[in-house]
Amino acid sequence: MKFKTEDNGNVVVVFVKEERLDAHNSGELKTELNRLFESGSINLIIDLKDVLFIDSSGLGVLVSGYKNASTKMGSIKLSGLQAQVKSMFELTRLHRVFDIFSTVDSALES
Amino acid sequence: MKNSVALEITIPNQTRYLSLIGKIGENMAQGLANYNGDRERLASQINTVLTEALVNAIRHANSADPSKEILVRINMSDKELAIRVFDSGKGFDLNNVPGPCFNQDILDEKGRGLFIIRSLMDSVVYKKANGGNVLEMKKSLRLPRGKHGS
Repeated sequence: MKFKTEDNGNVVVVFVKEERLDAHNSGELKTELNRLFESGSINLIIDLKDVLFIDSSGLGVLVSGYKNASTKMGSIKLSGLQAQVKSMFELTRLHRVFDIFSTVDSALES
Repeated sequence: MKNSVALEITIPNQTRYLSLIGKIGENMAQGLANYNGDRERLASQINTVLTEALVNAIRHANSADPSKEILVRINMSDKELAIRVFDSGKGFDLNNVPGPCFNQDILDEKGRGLFIIRSLMDSVVYKKANGGNVLEMKKSLRLPRGKHGS
């Protein structure tokens, strides 16, 4: 899976550089999120601007990250949700759980 | 004029083929001759349903055995979409799969796949077939009068 990680001091931004976040590749994102948590980064922004498709496995990895961050008194914010991704969050009601922003900048400013 | 398309494809029991099958489903929706709804939305829904059904077959029904295969049949007409995913494993009980992931279950990491399929399709049946099982999912493509896409 392609992704880029950017450390902004108090917040680490993970840019997911894949068109799909699904059962085939979402495990790699989970590993990266766990690595970040273990290294002490507890406030994350995950940018999904390039992700055009997400499945339940991809959602599950984001939920896992959300729970991990909450346990450590940190946070996970999401940005750049495309149409299919947004509709999957709404279908599963997860849009009520996550803080969702249109851009990374607006998530950083929040 | 006949406007129906039937496609049958066999894939190894591996998640690397999810994207391929999902895109085939999307392309079929975009090529529908007579559909008055939101074509992009339908295409995306078919991709989602195919992906969820395949993952279910690969991981649960076929127990992630890479030597097994999955047969996918897609039938699409002006009236109806039918997707059938055949596994060759021990199967599962559709009625014992967790239901809607609301309230206290909303933060479960698993169990959304069949809920998503049921939400996007009109009927979902899992039954014995061909020495294995088939997950049969149908959706009407006829929109109620005055409605454009759902």
